[in-house]
Amino acid sequence: MEPVVHLRAAVSLLGRFPALAGVDLDVTAGEIVLLQGPNGAGKTTLLRTCAGLLPVVSGEAVVLGHDLTRDRRAVRAEVGLLAHATGLYDELTVHDNVTFWTRAAKADPADADAAMARLGLDGRLRDVAVGRLSAGQRRRTSLAVLVARRPRLWLLDEPHAGLDHDARDLVDGLIRDAAGSGATVLVASHELDRAAALAGRSVSVVGGTVQGGARVP
Amino acid sequence: MFRDAALIAGKDLRLEARSRVALNQVVPFALLVLVLFAFALDPDRGILSRATPGLYWIAVLFSALLAIQRAFTIESADGNRDALRLSGLDPAGIYLGKAAAIAVQLAVLEVLLGIGVAVLYSTHLAGWGLLVVTCVGATAAIAAAGTLYGVLAAGLRVRETLLPLLLLPVLAPVLIASTRAFEAALSGATADGWPWVGLLAVFALVYIVAGVVGFGPLLEET
Repeated sequence: MEPVVHLRAAVSLLGRFPALAGVDLDVTAGEIVLLQGPNGAGKTTLLRTCAGLLPVVSGEAVVLGHDLTRDRRAVRAEVGLLAHATGLYDELTVHDNVTFWTRAAKADPADADAAMARLGLDGRLRDVAVGRLSAGQRRRTSLAVLVARRPRLWLLDEPHAGLDHDARDLVDGLIRDAAGSGATVLVASHELDRAAALAGRSVSVVGGTVQGGARVP
Repeated sequence: MFRDAALIAGKDLRLEARSRVALNQVVPFALLVLVLFAFALDPDRGILSRATPGLYWIAVLFSALLAIQRAFTIESADGNRDALRLSGLDPAGIYLGKAAAIAVQLAVLEVLLGIGVAVLYSTHLAGWGLLVVTCVGATAAIAAAGTLYGVLAAGLRVRETLLPLLLLPVLAPVLIASTRAFEAALSGATADGWPWVGLLAVFALVYIVAGVVGFGPLLEET
């Protein structure tokens, strides 16, 4: 089976600094892979590289069939990145934000309402400006955007951060459902117990490299 | 591309409707500039009358800087720039949408400033056709160039001070052409104004084409 993520000796730069220093990683469709490692190891950079946000300057990097060394823009519409920053407009309501990003992704606007309902944002929070939400509620709004876009590859950077116990369980359910429907999930997390229970495989990111990421055919 | 432009323009105008930054800050600033010019030149009403077209367009340009900075400040906050890049939206569509939203705000501002010069400077507005077409051409040129330079400056740490330095020289021909066209309209010699409108149209077209082509790479690299 063609891997969804295929990296070989991939080098990605943050400015002039090689934040990924020769990464080998293979991930197949429907897998949930946990990225673990200390702060600054390169987990976030790896996710951003797979999302096509950072240039791959050498090595091989093919994500969802798109060669990132040639064109890293093409993959973006097919991935969903949950980053530390929310990517939301403070003055717009939860509904405005989720609907806008859903339409931007050319997804069905009805999916925006369904995603808000799934994340518990369809009640009184629906018409509240995002700038007035708590950190956890903002995180749930970002997740609603992700769910509504229906990406083929989920790239989650600390998805449980800032969430209460129930919301964390909700996130786990979303991840399982995504993988169950054929999407692939890469999760960077320091909550190893919770994330490891979700993931079918975990790899270590250390010093800009991935240990145990490649699969030998 | 045009669907994406409509989506972005609608979002930016909705943001403005909710935050009212242009209404509460840009419009008062523009009117204040007009009032200060009136104070400075009031002793000689002749100078004020002759300078009205130039003062009007200087007020528009200064206010446009605030509107353009605002348009890109909202994209710099909390990962919105990355979200835009990941959205799947056509960069040319993003460019046209943001330019359109700025143009709508500038058009409203120009109407209010027109009322302002009529009241404060006792200007008799004449040559309406030329005035309106000049406003359309200048607004398009300012919004088109401003959006292109706005995204360039937005990725830099010194964006607040850099944008005026980059943009005002580029817009100098627009200031000259729109001022000359207004002078012709207000003096009743409208035939003298149309060549300047033609020049405005050329600049607007050049800026729009440059923006459609250049916005994507600038969004990526800055």
